[in-house]
Amino acid sequence: MVMPQAGEIKSRIEAAIPGARAEVEDWTGGGDHFRASVTAKAFSGLSRIEQHRLVYQVFGDEIGGPIHALSLSTQSE
Amino acid sequence: MSEQTSEVREAIEKAIADNEVILFMKGTPNAPACGFSARTAGALQSLGAKFAAVDVLPDARIRSELSALSQWPTIPQLFVRGELVGGCDIVTEMYASGELAQLLGVEHEDGALEEPTLGNGVLEIENRL
Repeated sequence: MVMPQAGEIKSRIEAAIPGARAEVEDWTGGGDHFRASVTAKAFSGLSRIEQHRLVYQVFGDEIGGPIHALSLSTQSE
Repeated sequence: MSEQTSEVREAIEKAIADNEVILFMKGTPNAPACGFSARTAGALQSLGAKFAAVDVLPDARIRSELSALSQWPTIPQLFVRGELVGGCDIVTEMYASGELAQLLGVEHEDGALEEPTLGNGVLEIENRL
């Protein structure tokens, strides 16, 4: 299985959520624990839970699979 | 959905309905099996909040049914009065801002997370899921 890279996580978030800017780091260097900070206009008016769900939805079943953990911090623009 | 799976789903729904504050985690508050679960349980413990905890590890169906129900992919998951509050990131943020104490109706003590007082204020729930 190919381990996802931080850069790939970043570009997938930015591609899937219009206007999103993401900073992603590989938390442990192991290619399976990531930490992302995401800012997007699309978050405006959404609760924190809904904002995080939008980001998690980009990855579907990969969360808990190849992406063991994706720690999130979200801000609306 | 098989009969067995729906049984697990119903048990989860009942646990969420029956317990005002319930944390689904890996391991137990006193013996967490994952750093994210440990941190989330620690935030609740340091507020002296009473909460029920369910270990999702003994049966893989607990986790899959819980996530299907909550539309939230990761563990831990904290529910307050039947609503999903969030996982480790959100609970930690809300702890720091005082929102968690407010939501739980407890006093927020300023300062760093205290050492969790083990077994104190933690409602033990028998895990029948």
